[in-house]
Amino acid sequence: MEQQTKAIDNLRIEHVTKRFPGVLACDDITLEIGKSEVLALVGENGAGKTTLMNVLMGLYHPDEGRILINGEEVRFRSPNDAFAYGIGMVHQQYMLVPNMTVLENIALGCKQSWKPWKLDLSLVRKRIEGVAAQYGLAVDPDAYIWQLSVGEQQRVELVKTLCLGAKFLILDEPTSALTPQETDELIALLKRMAKELSIIFISHKLQEVKDLSDKVAILRHGRVVFQGNTKDHSSSDIAALMTGHEVVLPHNDAPACTMGPMLQIRNLKVRSDRGFLALDDLSLYICKGEIVGLAGVSGNGQRELAEAINGLRKVESGQILFDGEEITNRTPAQVIASGMGYIPEERNTEGIVPSFSMKENFILKDTTSPQYNSHAFLKNKEIERDSEALRQQFDIRSPNIDVAAGSLSGGNIQKVILAREISRNPKFLVAVYPTRGLDMGAAEFIHKQLLQKRNEGVGILLISEELEEITNLSDQVAVIFKGKIQKVLPSSEASRRRLGILMAGVKDDE
Amino acid sequence: MTFIINILSLGIPFSVALLIASLGEMFNQRSGIFNLGCEGMMAMGAFLGMLVPYSIGKGADVPGIYNYLGLMLATGVGALLGIFFALVVVTFRAPQGIAGIGMQMFGVGTAGTLFRHFIGGTQSVPGINTAPIPGLSRIPVLGPLFFNHNPLVYVAFLLVPLSWWVLFKTPWGLRVRAVGTHPRAADSIGIQVNRVRYQALAVGGALAGLAGAYLSLCQAKMFSDEIIAGRGFIAVALVYFGQWHPVKIMGGALLFTLAQALQLAIQGLGIDFPYEFLVMLPYLLVIIVLAFSRKTQKMGPTSLGKPFNREMRT
Repeated sequence: MEQQTKAIDNLRIEHVTKRFPGVLACDDITLEIGKSEVLALVGENGAGKTTLMNVLMGLYHPDEGRILINGEEVRFRSPNDAFAYGIGMVHQQYMLVPNMTVLENIALGCKQSWKPWKLDLSLVRKRIEGVAAQYGLAVDPDAYIWQLSVGEQQRVELVKTLCLGAKFLILDEPTSALTPQETDELIALLKRMAKELSIIFISHKLQEVKDLSDKVAILRHGRVVFQGNTKDHSSSDIAALMTGHEVVLPHNDAPACTMGPMLQIRNLKVRSDRGFLALDDLSLYICKGEIVGLAGVSGNGQRELAEAINGLRKVESGQILFDGEEITNRTPAQVIASGMGYIPEERNTEGIVPSFSMKENFILKDTTSPQYNSHAFLKNKEIERDSEALRQQFDIRSPNIDVAAGSLSGGNIQKVILAREISRNPKFLVAVYPTRGLDMGAAEFIHKQLLQKRNEGVGILLISEELEEITNLSDQVAVIFKGKIQKVLPSSEASRRRLGILMAGVKDDE
Repeated sequence: MTFIINILSLGIPFSVALLIASLGEMFNQRSGIFNLGCEGMMAMGAFLGMLVPYSIGKGADVPGIYNYLGLMLATGVGALLGIFFALVVVTFRAPQGIAGIGMQMFGVGTAGTLFRHFIGGTQSVPGINTAPIPGLSRIPVLGPLFFNHNPLVYVAFLLVPLSWWVLFKTPWGLRVRAVGTHPRAADSIGIQVNRVRYQALAVGGALAGLAGAYLSLCQAKMFSDEIIAGRGFIAVALVYFGQWHPVKIMGGALLFTLAQALQLAIQGLGIDFPYEFLVMLPYLLVIIVLAFSRKTQKMGPTSLGKPFNREMRT
């Protein structure tokens, strides 16, 4: 397969339209990309970028329009047809089977290795080594996928796509789950690869778009609203076209902690699901009206810290004092009652009950309070009144308050959670990756809300992997590494470089 | 000593129906389909297996070939039932648990009805007899234990390494594991998910049919409505017990049937003890082992029970 594919000198998508029930995902899209070009496809969530690429891969069938390669019309009925032309895609959610090895995952798509009674893994191994040598992409062929970090899985995806003979790469938000260091490595790698391959990559991070692409196409509500050469346009131009208005992510420039301590964590030890010490003697102090950003590569104890504070994970030793009151190893209900707000990491499984309506999700924490409960009956009138007010106040885009919360988009789900937590007037808020995967409009809104709460005297622990988010919002930045706080810096001193070094585990960052 | 040998030589042939059926169920579940209808497929296999030699010989001895024709018919119809089940749960995406219960009742009911129509009452068939392996069967102790069995016993135990090879070393096995764990990933690199699931269900059905025919032709040498006696459901449990791995599944099947042989042997000793408790023993044992065994889904089919729909947006 690899040998037979002809080069793609020109690929053209013409008037492609794709509808889903109730949604016009792609609306008459026309795009063109030439040999060794990098096209950045940008747009907010739900703009239709991924759908368009799935059409190109033969995963979805377009309702209208056609695809031309080197001037000839092609029809892709399945991804096999796209592979035959040398088109390969790395999906945003990695398409790797976790309980199989790297080798087996690649063999799955490599039909030459399918001998009738035996899988020819040595052939696949050779091919992996070839790709590794050509592009400097090293992977361990015998590792199981579940053992690999997100960055390593991404490399496996790239190797897989190249092993299947791709000359034309489609990358769907390739950096959305990577740490800053991994992102830099990937960008450098893609720059090298772009010399030999054509690449379409989807992103909503403007820095990457500027760094990597030759051409940029902006999608909004399923339509191409702009196409042009990247170098002719500034990041802010592109941002304005993406959202339809100028985006300025809010910035925290108020004076630091002046009020007393709100949350004091002393020598906390907590075990992870797998039984090792995820938090090892961790101490952290957060004042009233202060945002402390917790920076770190995910998996260094962030999840366990958030869960321990909220009573969801057992504390082995140490102490958590909340507004002077001890909440160590209290039940979640007691922690909530003492005034804690929590924006959990997994918004779809921990933050909401997806099958419940939006209004039911709003009152999940207050079903027994007299506000919404009268003699064991829910007070529907009050619930509906307050829910409708929240929907408007938080600009949640949904037809009404009775829709299932799980049917909303990621940004709107996050707004539902935020609305619930903020409307309960918490004294403290633990926000875990509050804007992960959200578009800039939604992120901007959430950041503004967090800053407003801070100014009202609420303490906030902001856990994030986005360094920009942390440095923009925080009064202080704490860096976590292997369950310990490496260092706490005032945010004015927290440069990207310095944080990166601390996050990598080097204690002396001077 | 003879007591132990008795238990072993009784328990090993007992395990065959369970072993074959649960290997079939393993292929189903590895591909992501949960087949609770195994019991019904086994019942059809049991009836069809004995129907062929019975309708030829009416109880008298028939040439061995008819027994094997019965086995083949049971296996073939099992595969067809598997494909029918695939139509329901893969193509029409019916809930697998409910469809499985339907298949179980359909199979048991149809087998019973056809039995009353074509045969009428309890009739025995000569069935397939033991085939001692020349030479090996004369080894003291080991001979009677391992080399003096019905031909299907050898086949069943050879199926264990064969299934292992198919599942872990062949391209087909790779595809089955992929569609059961991450069908979207398989789809994205050009595997036809539903086609693989049809194939796995046909294989599972064929093995369920064969397991049923073993009961009627080799073990009981007759058919009755209760001949399967819940073995289809135990096979489903054994697949979980064995963590979707053929060797561990064999261990589970043997553990269960040896416990059964043990309780029969204890009953035979004539100790004054309520036999009802002894009958409970194998089931109790499986529950206890399941409760204390390590629960890890990491290597198993994580998309078990979920229909695949490419255009469903997640």
